[in-house]
Amino acid sequence: MGPVSEANPWGVIMSTSTETIEQLATREYKYGFETEVDALTIPKGLDEDTIRRIWELKEEPAWMLEWRLRALRAWQKMNEPVWPNVTYPAIDYQEMSYYSAPSAKKTLESLDDLDPEIKRTFDKLGIPLDEQKMLGGVAVDAVFDSVSVATTFKKKLGDLGIIFCSFSEAIQEHPELVRQYMGSVVPYTDNFFASLNSAVFTDGSFVYVPKGVRCPMELSTYFRINARNTGQFERTLIVADEGAYVSYLEGCTAPKRDENQLHAAVVELVALDNATVKYSTVQNWYPGDKEGRGGIYNFVTKRGKCTGVSSKITWTQVETGSAITWKYPSCILQGDNSVGEFYSVAVVNNRQQADTGTKMVHLGKNTRSTIVSKGISAGVGQNTYRGLVKVSKSAENARNYSQCDSLLIGDTCGAHTFPYIEVKNPTATVEHEASTSKIGEDQIFYCRQRGLSTEDSVNIIVNGFCKEVFRELPMEFAVEAQKLLGISLEGSVG
Amino acid sequence: MKTLEIKNLHARVEEKSILNGVNLSVQKGEVHAIMGPNGSGKSTLANVLAGRDSYEVTDGEVLYEGKNLLEMETEDRAREGLFMAFQYPVEIPGVNNSYFLKAALNAVRKHRGLPDLDAIEFMQHVKQKAKILSVDPTLLSRSVNEGFSGGEKKRNEIFQMAVLEPRLCIMDETDSGLDIDALKIVASGVNTLRSPERTIVVITHYQRLLNYIVPDFVHVLSGGRIIRSGGKELALELEEKGYGSIEAHSEPQPAPTA
Repeated sequence: MGPVSEANPWGVIMSTSTETIEQLATREYKYGFETEVDALTIPKGLDEDTIRRIWELKEEPAWMLEWRLRALRAWQKMNEPVWPNVTYPAIDYQEMSYYSAPSAKKTLESLDDLDPEIKRTFDKLGIPLDEQKMLGGVAVDAVFDSVSVATTFKKKLGDLGIIFCSFSEAIQEHPELVRQYMGSVVPYTDNFFASLNSAVFTDGSFVYVPKGVRCPMELSTYFRINARNTGQFERTLIVADEGAYVSYLEGCTAPKRDENQLHAAVVELVALDNATVKYSTVQNWYPGDKEGRGGIYNFVTKRGKCTGVSSKITWTQVETGSAITWKYPSCILQGDNSVGEFYSVAVVNNRQQADTGTKMVHLGKNTRSTIVSKGISAGVGQNTYRGLVKVSKSAENARNYSQCDSLLIGDTCGAHTFPYIEVKNPTATVEHEASTSKIGEDQIFYCRQRGLSTEDSVNIIVNGFCKEVFRELPMEFAVEAQKLLGISLEGSVG
Repeated sequence: MKTLEIKNLHARVEEKSILNGVNLSVQKGEVHAIMGPNGSGKSTLANVLAGRDSYEVTDGEVLYEGKNLLEMETEDRAREGLFMAFQYPVEIPGVNNSYFLKAALNAVRKHRGLPDLDAIEFMQHVKQKAKILSVDPTLLSRSVNEGFSGGEKKRNEIFQMAVLEPRLCIMDETDSGLDIDALKIVASGVNTLRSPERTIVVITHYQRLLNYIVPDFVHVLSGGRIIRSGGKELALELEEKGYGSIEAHSEPQPAPTA
């Protein structure tokens, strides 16, 4: 697998110069600390023995080994995708470790059993794992390196029949649900990174909301990469049974390191008849330094399937971190009258690259999808929107509305848009709107003339640009997202 | 007390020199009109005073309430009470007018050592100003200048001025692009905000605005210098004879005595 594609000049909109907007140093990544914990890390390299080792360590049932090995064999025949509009040196998949776990008691009786160092880490990140200190109405599953270390509010949710636990626990405790749904949306043969994940994934979150139950709190997973030279491969599966509702949020950070680290996750969502799943991401992996050293490669497969009639899946993402982001949270609209939505803010600053967007696949009748994508580019960042709207023959009266807006800060960044539309049914209505704008010297001057600092001016302008997406986020996270955006762009305008 | 004192101000944009020695002294509470033909340097003067980066001051001095204005950052000038009403107010899509004004007002207050206004106090303050100026309060929930008509944009400028309560207002061609009805509304807003504590510099090409905002003094700017100053009747003379006659008869302006 060689280095990946050259930037494609097709569809490139380069910004023009403005004298007064220039680069300044970016602010330090504030989550870049490292935690000293005893960990069990298996040797580098990947082959069938590695898989067996992971399987043994996790004491999984036999069917899991079979699944993992099939995924590995599929992966070994695949090539790393070269079509994304990003460039990075070749990844040596034999040079990283595929399992690292804090060595602690295997099952935690209560949160008190948690390694205090890990607890402190999450405290520092603003994710206290004590239930009494938690944000009201948010249950958290905390994933440290490859392993889920704590899940809060389990009992309260259990009373409603809601299962919210680590993926490992789900394999042990709810094998029938896992076997039924795992791979039903993202098969282990789906793509290079999804297959890799299927082979080696170590943990993640599992959610099942039973028929007719409305989950009373936000569920949240917080991912933290800590160990060096390891990849993080987590897997999330959320199933909303008939008439159920669940809102889920994912957050992530990693220490500052000079080398790149791979994060290849898979997220599968399933919505049965009349069910709703809202999945929100605030992605803040370490983006690398100003020169582009270090940072996370965030190569993630996220897909939801509206299996049932009148079901709904909403993806909302705020992507500010990672050296490279490659992800397309998608919806398969199978059930008649089902609805898919994608709201995205992707920010690249310095040398970050993002190739992100969505796929909306209309299969059922009267299916509807909405795409609102806001790309912000600063520094020498390259931001690509890539989207597919596919209306199959069976999808009578399908409707899609897409809006892709790009905002450029400075004159050295790039915004690129690759919208693909495939319509096989003449009753479909597909709309696509796109715009590219630039934070102008005149806008900043106007704000400063009213008393705002340059940084506050940029923040206000950018937040205005992202408003349609932020209002889709749960309240607490909308505030967090706004702050994060401010930090990511700090120093991008002088 | 002098609010503004401009001494021998020279400025250029890129390589082109536009202001060539402007001298002007404005006392607190006065209303001065600066008139001049196109290209005389009117807007440059406004932008230099407000601190726009693309204008370079090459010589001279500006004192604002006795302090060196040219050394201050753009936002600090605003926080110190200098407000410019823009000739072309800028649109900021998605940013709610009241959110924007609250951020601005609190930035100004912070600079003056005052506590932030909370949401309720702010709304009270703003609604009171809207009432005084007969501004439709729905303006507050719209995005800053986005999709506003020319008249609405100019009214929004006056409204912002009322909310921020500046001590020096520079109105850059506030009348441009307005029909007579809109012009009257905007002028009456400015008149409402006239006070012995507030100094106003009105920059305009046409005399008609001065029928509604009656100035204490009128200055004629030409070729980047003030070539004549007088009372409000000077504006009428200009209206009658045009800029040409004044330019032809002007004497070089004497340097101010130090």
